[in-house]
Amino acid sequence: MTTGVPMLSIKNLTASIHGTPVLKGIDLEIKAGEIHAIMGPNGSGKSTLGKVLAGHPSYEVTGGEVLFEGQNLFELEADARARAGLFMGFQHPIEVPGVSNASFLRLAYNKKAEAEGRDELDPLEFDDFIHEKIKLVSMREEFLDRSLNEGFSGGEKKRNEILQMAVLEPKLAILDELDSGLDIDALRVLGDAVNKLQRADRALLIITHFPRILETIQPQFVHVLSGGRILKSSGKELAVELEERGYDWVLEEAAAGGAR
Amino acid sequence: MSTTLNVVTGQDYKYGFVTDIEADSVAPGLNEDVIRFISAKKGEPDWLLEFRLKAYRHWLTLAEPDWAKVSYPRPDFQKIVYYSAPKAKVAKYASMDEVDPELLRTFEKLGVPINEQASLAGVAVDVVFDSVSVTTTYKEKLATVGIIFCSFSEAVREHPELIKKYLGSVVPAADNFYAALNSAVFTDGSFVFIPKGVTCPMDLSTYFRINNKESGQFERTLIVAEEGASVSYLEGCTAPQFDTNQLHAAVVELVALDHASIKYSTVQNWYAGDKNGVGGIFNFVTKRGLCKGKASRISWTQVETGSAITWKYPSCILLGDDSIGEFYSVALTNHKQQADTGTKMVHIGRNTKSTIISKGISAGESSNSYRGLVKVQPKAEGARNFSQCDSMLIGQACSASTFPYIEVQNRSAKVEHEATTSKIGEEQLFYFQQRGIPAEEAISMIINGFCKDVFRELPMEFAVEATKLLSLKLEGSVG
Repeated sequence: MTTGVPMLSIKNLTASIHGTPVLKGIDLEIKAGEIHAIMGPNGSGKSTLGKVLAGHPSYEVTGGEVLFEGQNLFELEADARARAGLFMGFQHPIEVPGVSNASFLRLAYNKKAEAEGRDELDPLEFDDFIHEKIKLVSMREEFLDRSLNEGFSGGEKKRNEILQMAVLEPKLAILDELDSGLDIDALRVLGDAVNKLQRADRALLIITHFPRILETIQPQFVHVLSGGRILKSSGKELAVELEERGYDWVLEEAAAGGAR
Repeated sequence: MSTTLNVVTGQDYKYGFVTDIEADSVAPGLNEDVIRFISAKKGEPDWLLEFRLKAYRHWLTLAEPDWAKVSYPRPDFQKIVYYSAPKAKVAKYASMDEVDPELLRTFEKLGVPINEQASLAGVAVDVVFDSVSVTTTYKEKLATVGIIFCSFSEAVREHPELIKKYLGSVVPAADNFYAALNSAVFTDGSFVFIPKGVTCPMDLSTYFRINNKESGQFERTLIVAEEGASVSYLEGCTAPQFDTNQLHAAVVELVALDHASIKYSTVQNWYAGDKNGVGGIFNFVTKRGLCKGKASRISWTQVETGSAITWKYPSCILLGDDSIGEFYSVALTNHKQQADTGTKMVHIGRNTKSTIISKGISAGESSNSYRGLVKVQPKAEGARNFSQCDSMLIGQACSASTFPYIEVQNRSAKVEHEATTSKIGEEQLFYFQQRGIPAEEAISMIINGFCKDVFRELPMEFAVEATKLLSLKLEGSVG
């Protein structure tokens, strides 16, 4: 674990969608081994931050800098960022009829293996590999043969997201509203899975509206994002306070203190 | 529109080159003299000239069909060259050594195996260049089991009784505007005859190439499978890149007798015109199979990727009791291409069954329509049809339409129709990319998943080809 260079370093990042500014100057550093949570009211720009980092084509980066392990993230296409170890768990995973979940997972795995100079897995080898992985998220085997996310319930889709995370073992995983659509038991299973995947050389960025998920996946740092800016950063006790008091007081406090 | 989709679908047509070869052509224009010229050039018997002239006179009374969802400048039929043949040193090639090396190189470049020794075993090929058949491979080998596989012109000379019996028996000369035109001016094509009880030991294939800028291509294919016979036939085609439109108006007739089976697969890759819709082939084709005998089976599988305009409805007339008709289609349009394609399943015999699986993919500013008729006649007791028509849209500017026509005149018939529309959009691609999969591979995976039910009907080597072709055609279009 390197102590000096952060895994992710965001400096004064601004971004817009269709000409409308959404991120208005974000600063954030995430080091290996850390778990950060980004919280905030709806429409604050939380999901946008995740999508901009992952390289969603609808967003335009208008300023600032993001370094991922010292490399300029914006020089990489979305797929290259993923192969470099950046993963995003989607809030609304998309359905793809006709493409089997297993073949999708294998292609994703092999693309990363290829980029890292490791051996690719043939379908039989992958079969053994994936059967170990699905245990982690308690997914039934039949979901491997089904079309990617097609007809999956909200909870099954989220399970599939974390399965993909387990397959790809990313350095930095951004999980966007993992808890939406999950019942309390499923949330615990997936939260435990994410905790098992977290290691000293990996980092997590949890994007969430509700503090509930942070009881299972416990962050060291909590940031409140609103109006495209981080208004407050603190330790995990902030999540508890937000649970009790909501977001308004943070916004009022920020307004009183003046924008940074 | 994001650039990813556009980059992935903008690929150039790689068969657009022109072969510089001396051609023996008739002056542009159409009249009875031109038809007599073609017939004389081929040394045809009088009855065939009469067949042509009758078709021509009927054609003069017809108007070009305008019901399809396509729009294009109507071809000027007086500006088309109706006969163009690579000039040969001899009247007919006795062996491959006599074929113009320039022509051999052309087909080598296209990847068509016309040299028996060099080709992969297992496929016999008839090669049609502009108006004439250049060569047919494995002819002798096939003849030992009684199979006739030769150019249409040769069949007229060598097997006139079979041609006379079956020509126009499925697609009458007066069937429609383009079939009538073809019947009047067809120049060459392929003939296949599989005698009683014989299973054709290898796939048969015809490769069509339009080379001449002004020429139309009017080929005629006739396949007859006698009682208990079976054959798998493949058709491929390309054309050079011109900024004018060339007309391709073919007629394909299939006849299956009792318990016979014919599987007809096409990978169509005529030049589609450029991104702005300039140039490209007008593909106006009549393909029809007659399940004449009891428990006969005709299966059409097509992968349509080329042509500026496609107007094509490979159909089955299910005359024999217990006969089966199948239509599996992938039609892909990009840029300004327009396709109106589908099938007709006409149930006449009892307990006849038909299956229609159609997958339309539209990208760019293209228009892609499925048009299909399922007709159950009064005596078709127990007829069954299942139709599945799926459309996939790539980008914002394309369109997809489905026109199913169902006419049922027998109460015991069961007809099912299912249709879906989906979209490859930015979100789907982003999802794949976020998992480390590049856009090109993502599109290819999504399209293959979408076309799976059709691709598995194709012969192995064709399926591989088709998969590659679709990815290539879509390069640069997702956005």
